[in-house]
Amino acid sequence: MALDSKVPVGDIETKWDDYRFDLKLVNPANKRKFDVIMVGTGLAGGSAAATLAELGYNVKAFCFQDSARRAHSIAAQGGINAAKNYQNDGDSVFRLFYDTVKGGDFRSREANVYRLAQVSVNIIDQCAAQGVPFAREYGGTLANRSFGGAQVSRTFYARGQTGQQLLLGCYSALSRQVQRGKVKMYPRTEMLDVVIVDGRARGIVVRDLITGRVTSHAADAVVLATGGYGNVFYLSTNAKGSNVTAAWRAHKRGALFANPCYTQIHPTCIPVSGDYQSKLTLMSESLRNDGRIWVPKKAGDERPPNQIPEDERDYYLERKYPSFGNLVPRDVASRNAKDVCDEGRGVGPGGLGVYLDFKDAIGRMGRKAIEERYGNLFQMYEKITGEDPYEVPMRIYPAVHYTMGGLWVDYNLMTNVPGLYAIGEANFSDHGANRLGASALMQGLADGYFVLPYTIGDYVSKHMGDKIGTDHAAFRDAEAAVAERVDKLLSIQGERTVDSFHRELGRLVWEYCGMARSESGLETALEKIPALREEFWSNLKVLGTGDSLNQSLEKAGRVADFFELAELMCRDALDRDESCGGHFRDEHQTDEGEAKRNDEDYQYVSAWEMGGDASSPTWKLHKEPLEFDYVKPSQRSYK
Amino acid sequence: MGGTSSATMNLKLHVWRQSGPQSGGEMVTYEARDVSPDMSFLEMLDVVNERLIEAGNEPIAFDHDCREGICGMCGMMINGVAHGPEGGTTTCQLHMRHFEDGDEVWIEPWRSAAFPVVKDLVVDRSAFDRIVSAGGYISVNTGSAPDANEIPVPKVDADQAFDAAACIGCGACVAQCPNGAAQLFTSAKVAHLGVLPQGQPERWQRVMDMVTQMEAEGFGGCSNHYECEAVCPKEISTDFIARMNRDYLKATAKGRKASPGTGQSIGNG
Repeated sequence: MALDSKVPVGDIETKWDDYRFDLKLVNPANKRKFDVIMVGTGLAGGSAAATLAELGYNVKAFCFQDSARRAHSIAAQGGINAAKNYQNDGDSVFRLFYDTVKGGDFRSREANVYRLAQVSVNIIDQCAAQGVPFAREYGGTLANRSFGGAQVSRTFYARGQTGQQLLLGCYSALSRQVQRGKVKMYPRTEMLDVVIVDGRARGIVVRDLITGRVTSHAADAVVLATGGYGNVFYLSTNAKGSNVTAAWRAHKRGALFANPCYTQIHPTCIPVSGDYQSKLTLMSESLRNDGRIWVPKKAGDERPPNQIPEDERDYYLERKYPSFGNLVPRDVASRNAKDVCDEGRGVGPGGLGVYLDFKDAIGRMGRKAIEERYGNLFQMYEKITGEDPYEVPMRIYPAVHYTMGGLWVDYNLMTNVPGLYAIGEANFSDHGANRLGASALMQGLADGYFVLPYTIGDYVSKHMGDKIGTDHAAFRDAEAAVAERVDKLLSIQGERTVDSFHRELGRLVWEYCGMARSESGLETALEKIPALREEFWSNLKVLGTGDSLNQSLEKAGRVADFFELAELMCRDALDRDESCGGHFRDEHQTDEGEAKRNDEDYQYVSAWEMGGDASSPTWKLHKEPLEFDYVKPSQRSYK
Repeated sequence: MGGTSSATMNLKLHVWRQSGPQSGGEMVTYEARDVSPDMSFLEMLDVVNERLIEAGNEPIAFDHDCREGICGMCGMMINGVAHGPEGGTTTCQLHMRHFEDGDEVWIEPWRSAAFPVVKDLVVDRSAFDRIVSAGGYISVNTGSAPDANEIPVPKVDADQAFDAAACIGCGACVAQCPNGAAQLFTSAKVAHLGVLPQGQPERWQRVMDMVTQMEAEGFGGCSNHYECEAVCPKEISTDFIARMNRDYLKATAKGRKASPGTGQSIGNG
């Protein structure tokens, strides 16, 4: 299979504009003849569904939540980047492009990233017009803040709830189209298969989570906007329902899965407090501006933090990285926290935590100043831990936060399966091996508002009048396969709950394919994961039936897919015998302990094709070479 | 060591069990043993559910997703109070350190005619979506927006709009209201868009349509109990209700009528 990225030729600055002119248009009267299926209603799916409906397409939108407004985009805190240069501080489309390619450690596609930076400015306009209550200056203009990985102030925000406000903007646009009858919403409905006929995506099979009914929906194009797969780790900052199933079902039907081992670990999360832990909560990384990170010098030191004298504390980031100190990038901060905990110097229950101490900052600026900057975060911390961070240092630990990998897409955001698109976190294309803060919201809305609505027209217009109904045999077959799988999960009647399997799988992936990976560890994981998967399929215990709301059954289907994904992640991590961004192989580090890339051998996208059978899947690697014509690859250093 | 508390507690739970929308339900009693004070309320239920499954009993169904207080998916009556005793919090952000060893805890679904029970603690809140669809938006097609700084918004207005827009749509306001009224939810959306300059062109039609839809959904009327504000996890002010009532009167005085098709409950109510 030859991977064609379909990146148009020409100058990077004019590529997208020229290409848009060349794309085939659909005349307004004809748009209503096309049906589009949208799976997922977060920032990417919600914005795409609304925009396509405005253009005249008939959209069916599906989400597993009870309302489109609850997709996990809602939880994003910090902000959204855009190259507006409102602060007159030297920002530009090119600078945002440059920062994003560099931040991604030179593993993203230049043309896609440039387009992302270009349309970023339109996103802010659109959201402001919808009534998103962005932070404002007293003069009424928009306020900005700065964020990691950039030296300009280009992040727009709405207090610490930017994702919520952008999603509500998107949901309101979607609701307007629901009222107009152009979008039909299917909440509490989960996609369980994609239907492909003669090589083209023609629809999906879904299960109604309330009634258990399995039905088919046909369309001219299918768009997956189903988010990331961080929950493969069981514990992550994702919502509990976030899952890989829709993307994975597409992968099993032939869509390539790209760079699965690129996962982002966020350094400042509230640590695990016990075995019952169900998810991890992020604390904005802005806390590192004023907090000092430390652990005791002595392993196993169980004294309360305030009784450990200064000379027995190790401010390890300040010691190792004198110039960046506590402000080293996310991946460096995370790995160092793991290292000190591995040495037995971690703090809190289980020894998996480090202190983030505001004592000096409070002494320097006063408690009031800290309250103004971080009041809401301190309150959230106290609510969860029961500890007062003004008096006792916070405890933090890294947690899985975002997945850069995803379905392989070309410049049109189409997978290698014609008619099947992937947008937002579900695709792989824009963040390379590491995503910068405030760029996930930007990408979701860029794809949904300003990229997909153009590119999808070019595809559907070429297939005008070519319809297939759900009475086609391919739909019947897919429905039967879905129903059979549901029955299988219910019929095992073993001894172990879904959560117990998911927890154990998560621990394996975290241990061997988490913050640091090694050849021997990955090989161990590749023995343990299939063994556990085998036990899952023979010893799973799911009660109840398939014809009503059954939350254990829903989870079981998702965890089954996570098992296969976990194996592919480890294979990908093993194959990528270099370090880059969030993918850190112990064998490949600089003398300073940083990720050491090998551009000569690994400057490509790994796109995996699935084969084999259900009990022993196999994968074949396809490579998309990456070229950097505008941003010259370099080695990072934060000393 | 950090100062997390370690003594566990034992609780007696009385939980509403109902197998489906059409079936009757009952309170069932469960023992929740060895509950850590650091667990969230939902994690406590997770543990109870794991033990139920191991013993061959169907787990308690409840809605939840983000578990960080923002998606609005979770919610249950805990000892008669929506989202429990702490105030200003969602159920997922309520922690067990607010309970004591030996406590009895009554757990029920949201109670409202407009939120029918789906199963156990899960209810159908789609009425909220229909209220928003009736007019909770600014009609601006993608691509037709002016530069964002061309519409200056006074900071106080932006802040007020945000205070209203912080609503997470959980439905606690309705569940706690003795009348099952949805005024706090509806007014928050009306105010969010109504105080912004971008929201002015549709201001009067919006309030007319959203209120009409709200009334058609089977929610009760507001009689100023203020219970909604007391349990709102985002502490949304009832001042917005007064604002909505004023706008609704003005819209009526201006002769606005509900848009055709608005106010037809697809409904449950």
